[in-house]
Amino acid sequence: MSFSVKKDKSGVVVVGVDGQLIVGNRQELKQKVLDALEGGGRKFVVDFAKTGYIDSSGLGVLVSLSKKIREQGGELRLAGLNEDLQTLFELTKLDTLFAITKTAEEALAAF
Amino acid sequence: MSLRLHVTALEMRLDVPSDLGIVGDAVDLVASRLPAGTLSPRRVNFNFRTALAEALGNAIRHGTGEDPGRVVRVRVELGRDAVRIHVTDDGGGYDRTHLPDPTRPENLEREDGRGLFVIRHLVDDVAYNAKGNGICLTLRAG
Repeated sequence: MSFSVKKDKSGVVVVGVDGQLIVGNRQELKQKVLDALEGGGRKFVVDFAKTGYIDSSGLGVLVSLSKKIREQGGELRLAGLNEDLQTLFELTKLDTLFAITKTAEEALAAF
Repeated sequence: MSLRLHVTALEMRLDVPSDLGIVGDAVDLVASRLPAGTLSPRRVNFNFRTALAEALGNAIRHGTGEDPGRVVRVRVELGRDAVRIHVTDDGGGYDRTHLPDPTRPENLEREDGRGLFVIRHLVDDVAYNAKGNGICLTLRAG
């Protein structure tokens, strides 16, 4: 499990989640995103194209980060959810909190 | 920190140290040794893994207080009709009554409080022992 952080040419921070986002690694993701926020990043995409599963702690950290980023005038978008993960966001109603796109490219284009 | 899985034809057993950092490895280990047939690969990779991670995370945080000297016990019953995940900690039990609905508008932005809600949607049946320190999650074949 690991996270990749890249900045595209327009300054959007794209975070890739490889494997899973769960109680055991959520702090690592949180710190990477907060570091980028402190470094001036305001537009974020979390790309789940390579993610197998997310537990409730993973969902919670996304909610918390989204709130912190909004407080700084930015936005956190989600992309690349497979069918099961999309269902997870829908049943928890978190799909109403986030802008979700099929691919990271679509999320970047929509900023 | 090493994990040692005990496997028989009927069940798997694993003692997991009370360390949230080891949950992912524990889930990988158990899921990778689950015999093919009862659950589809998709249900193993999503429902089984997520439910086990949830149950372990809850037990470590609420049951054993992340005390590395304590362990959470996992037993997975391997049936033809179902797989049953038992997760038990040595804590005093967890009060599940009066848990707020995480999907209500006033709770949507809360960081915590979705664990049992998510578990209930991932598995076919959820049962608890009388003390409240053990949970049994049933995933029926398919």
